[in-house]
Amino acid sequence: MAPVLELRNITKRFPGVLANDRISLTLEQNEIHALLGENGAGKSTLMNILYGLYQPDEGEIIVRGRPIKIHSPSDAIRAGIGMVHQHFMLVPVLTVAENVMLGDEMLTAGVFLDRRGAAQRIRDLSKQYGLEVDPDAYVKDLPVGVQQRVEIIKLLFRNADILILDEPTAVLTPQEVNDLFKVIRSLVDQGKSLIFITHKLKEVLATADRITVLRAGRVVGSTTPAQTTEASLAAMMVGREVSLEVEKARAKPGEVVLSLEHLEVLDDRLNVAVDDVTLEVRAGEILGVAGVQGNGQTELVEVITGLRRPVSGSIHILGHDVTGASPRRITELGVAHVPEDRQRDGLVLSYPVADNIALQEYYKPPFAKGVVIDEQAIQKEAARLVQQFDVRTPSVQTPAAALSGGNQQKVIVARELSRPVKLLVASQPTRGLDVGSIEYIHQQIVRKRDEGAAVLLISSELDEILALSDRIAVMYRGRVVAVVDAETATKEYLGLLMAGADPATTPAPERRQRVEVVT
Amino acid sequence: MAESVLREVIPPVTEARHRSLWQRAWEAIQLPALALLTAFLVGGFIIALSDFKVLEALADTTSRLNAIGYILLVMTVAVLVGGTAFSRRPEIILSRLRFVGNVGQARWFGVVSAVLTIGAVIGLLVVIGFGPVLWLAWNAVTSAYGALLEGSLGNPLQIVAALSSGDARAIGLAFYPISESLVASTPYIFAGLAVALGFRCGLFNIGAEGQLFIGALTSVFVGYAITGLPAVVHIPLALGAGALGGAIWGLVPGLLKARVGAHEVINTIMMNYIAFRLSEWLLNGPMKRPGAVPVSPFIAESAQLPRLFPDPIRFHLGFFIALGVAAFIWWFLFKSRWGFEIRTVGANPNAARYAGMNIAFNIILAMCMSGALAGLAGANEVLGVNYNLANAFSSGYGFDSIALALLGRSHPLGVVLAGLLFGTLRSGGTRMQNVAQIPIDIIIVIQALVIAFMAAPAIIRAIYRIVKPGEGEVVFTRGWGR
Repeated sequence: MAPVLELRNITKRFPGVLANDRISLTLEQNEIHALLGENGAGKSTLMNILYGLYQPDEGEIIVRGRPIKIHSPSDAIRAGIGMVHQHFMLVPVLTVAENVMLGDEMLTAGVFLDRRGAAQRIRDLSKQYGLEVDPDAYVKDLPVGVQQRVEIIKLLFRNADILILDEPTAVLTPQEVNDLFKVIRSLVDQGKSLIFITHKLKEVLATADRITVLRAGRVVGSTTPAQTTEASLAAMMVGREVSLEVEKARAKPGEVVLSLEHLEVLDDRLNVAVDDVTLEVRAGEILGVAGVQGNGQTELVEVITGLRRPVSGSIHILGHDVTGASPRRITELGVAHVPEDRQRDGLVLSYPVADNIALQEYYKPPFAKGVVIDEQAIQKEAARLVQQFDVRTPSVQTPAAALSGGNQQKVIVARELSRPVKLLVASQPTRGLDVGSIEYIHQQIVRKRDEGAAVLLISSELDEILALSDRIAVMYRGRVVAVVDAETATKEYLGLLMAGADPATTPAPERRQRVEVVT
Repeated sequence: MAESVLREVIPPVTEARHRSLWQRAWEAIQLPALALLTAFLVGGFIIALSDFKVLEALADTTSRLNAIGYILLVMTVAVLVGGTAFSRRPEIILSRLRFVGNVGQARWFGVVSAVLTIGAVIGLLVVIGFGPVLWLAWNAVTSAYGALLEGSLGNPLQIVAALSSGDARAIGLAFYPISESLVASTPYIFAGLAVALGFRCGLFNIGAEGQLFIGALTSVFVGYAITGLPAVVHIPLALGAGALGGAIWGLVPGLLKARVGAHEVINTIMMNYIAFRLSEWLLNGPMKRPGAVPVSPFIAESAQLPRLFPDPIRFHLGFFIALGVAAFIWWFLFKSRWGFEIRTVGANPNAARYAGMNIAFNIILAMCMSGALAGLAGANEVLGVNYNLANAFSSGYGFDSIALALLGRSHPLGVVLAGLLFGTLRSGGTRMQNVAQIPIDIIIVIQALVIAFMAAPAIIRAIYRIVKPGEGEVVFTRGWGR
C-alpha cells in the first residue's frame, strides 16, 4: 500500500541558512512517526511547509499517491492534513464547540450557527477517540491538557487524517502527558496517521512506531524504538556522544554570598508571593529551588535581582545591603541573571546578537569610550563569545529574533557568564531547549560553581534540580518549607514536599537513588 | 563531523554581512517607495475622475454606446477581473491546471499577465470608443503632476536657458521653485526628527505641532525682545530658546508618562491645545505688535537666519542646520550609549530594566529631545522665513511630520529624504493649483494615503506580493492601537 504521506527531497532556503536540505520522509497508514531534532534542526520549517505556511524551494509533497501543492493551511486541511501548534490557537472566551466551529461553521437554514449539531458531533468524536471534552465548556476554564485535546478535535472535525503534533508535551504535566499518549494511541488505532515533533527522547521511545532524526536541515537517520537507545538517539541528534548526566565534584562551600532574611514580597496582584523566606547561598555551591510553578519562585528571583521591591526583610550580597537596590547596582556587585522569560527580559529581539551581548555592559569600557559606543569592540567580543559558547548564528549582525530558542538562550548565557560572576541567578535556564544545549548550559553552571561563584538555580524540572544542586530548597505557597541536602533527596520526597506535605511528618529517604537526567 | 556540516549550512560571516547590508537597504526602501507610487496612482485616479472634461466625455461616450459596445464593456470587465486574479496568484491556477514548475516561474507568469491585462483592458476600451476619455484623463493627470514637478523642482529648459544666459536674475528665477521646496522641507526635517526620536523610544509624540508653536513663541520673543547682540550670539540664543520652549512642552507629557504612566498620546494632544490657545492669547496681548492684527513684532535683524542668495530666493541657513541636527541625531541614536538606552527602552522596556537602564529617565529624555527638535522647527520658520509670528502660522507641519517619520522609518536619513519629499510636494502643490486647477487638497490626499500605506504595510505587501522579511523587522513604536 502506498504511504499516506510522502515528502520527496524538500529543500527550503532562508537568507543565510539552508533550513531543509533534500529531506525525504514517508508516513504510513496508522503510524506514529516521530520527528526528532535539536532546536533549529529544521523540524518546524518542514512542518510549516507541509502545512502551507512556507513554500518549498524544491521537492514535492505526495498525499495518498497524488502529488499536491499546498499554498495555505486551508489547502492542507483539504488534503486531510491538520496541525496542532505548540501554542494553541483558541479563543478563551468562546466555548469548545464555538472554537471548533470557528472558520468551518455548521449552519442551519444557511444563516444560523448550528451549535447543537456541532456539539453533538464533538461529543461523538470525543467518545470515539476517548478525548473526554465537553463541547459546552468555556475554553478559558479548561486545563492546558484539555485545551490541547480541543485542538485535536478541531482537526478531527475537519476530517483530517494526517495529524501533526508540534512539541505537544512541552506544556503538559506528567499526568497530562500520559493522557495524551493514550489519545494518540487511540487515534492511530482508528485509522489516523500521526507526525509527532519533539526533542524529548523518552517520549519518542515510549510512543513512536518510527523515528526520523534531523540535524542541520538534513535527515541523519531513521530507526525504530526497538533498534535504538536514548544515548544513540541523542548522539544522532547532536552529532556526537552526549553525556546525559552532569559530572561534578563535591561542592566546597565558602563564604556566604547571598543572604536573605525574613523576606516578604508581593506579586503584581498584591498577594503575598514570597512569605518570610530566609536563605543563604555560599560561594562554590549550587542551591536549587524546587517547586511547582507559581509558588513564589519568580518573585523571589525578581526581588534578588532588583526588579521588584520587597515589603519587608533584607537582602545582602557579599555583605552589602541591597534591599530595594537598582538592577544596575546589583549587577555591578557581580550578579549574573539568566532570566526566566528569555524573550521578555533577557533579549532585545530586534537587536543584532552583538548588541544583545553588550546589553549589560554597553556603558563601560571596552564597549563604550565615554559616551560613544565602540561597535568594533562589541562585535569583536560578540564574535569571540559566539565561538566560545557555540552560538549557531549566521553572523553577529543577525537579529536575535532569527535565532532558535536554544541559541537565544546561549546568547544570554554567554553574556551573563562571560563577566566575573560572584553570584549566578539562573531561572529555568534550560526550558524548551534540546539535549545538546541543556548539556552545555549545565556544564557552564557547574563550571561557574567550581570557579567559586554562588549559584541560585530555579527550575520547575525536578530532574534538573537534582542533577545540579548541592542543596535544595523547596518552595510551597511562597514559603521555603525545607532545605535538604541533595545527596539525600529523592524525586519522590521532593515531589511530596512540593505538593505541600509537612516536612516534619514526611519520612525523609535514607540514601539517594541514582537519578538520571531526563532529556 | 558536526563542524563540517555546519560550515556548509552557515555561510561565512563576511558574506552574510555583505548581503544583509544590501538586503537591509532594499528592504528599507521598497515599502516607502511602493507606498508613494501607490498613493500617486490613486491620486491620479482621483484627479482624472474629478476633472470636469473627463466626466463630461465619459457621460457622452456612455450615452452613445450600442449593444455591441455594452457586450465589449462586459468583456473588458471580465478581462480585468480574470487577469487580475491570475496575476495575483498565478501559482494556484497553474497548479490546478497541472502546471509543474517552481514558484519563481509562476511569479514571472504573474508579472507578464499583469502587463498583458493592462494592455488588453486599454485596447478594449479604445475599441469601444473610450479612447478620447482615456486621452483626456491622461492629459489631466500628466498636466497636474507636471505642474507639481515644475512648481517644486523648476523647469529644466528654463534652468538651462538661464544658466547659458548667465543673467543672475534669470538664474535666480529658474532655481526659485527648487529653493522654495528646500525652504518648505526644513521645518519638516526638524519636526520629522522629533517624531522619529519619540518612535525610537516607543513614544508616540502627537504633540510636535504644539511644541513647534511654543518653540516659535520663545524664539520670536528672544528675537525681538533682545537687541544689540551680534548675530553669532543672537541666532544661537534664539534657536536655543526655541529648542528650550519645545523641550519644556515635551517634558510635561514625558514626566507624566514616566512618573504616573499617563499615556503620552492623550497628553501631547492636550498640550497642543494649550499651546494653540496660549499663542493666541500672547499674540493678542503681551506679544502683540501695535496695530489691529494679532502678530508679534518683527525680530531684530541680528536674530535672522542669514539668507544665502539674493532676493527673491528665501533659502536660508536653517536647511543646513537641519541637516547638521539630523546627522547629530543619527550619531546620538546609533553611536552613543544614550541612544542605545533610548532604543532599548523603545524596543523592549523589560529587557531595558533587566539591563539596569533607568526607564523613567530615558522616557523623559526622549520626550524633551523630541520637543526640542519640534521647537527648532518652529524657531526655524520664525527666524528664517517669517521674521515674526502670526496665529496659525504652522499649517500642520507638526502633524504631517508623524506621517513623515513613518515614511522615513524613524531613521534620520529616512526623515531627511521624507522631509525633502514632503517639502517638495507642499511647494509644488501651490503651482499645481494655479496652473492645472487641481485643488492643493490632492496633496493632502496623497500624504494621507502614504500614511495609510505605511501604517498598514500589509496592504502594500498584498498589492505587490512582497514576502514579509521574516524576523528582525524594525519596531517603530509600541502602543499603536493598543
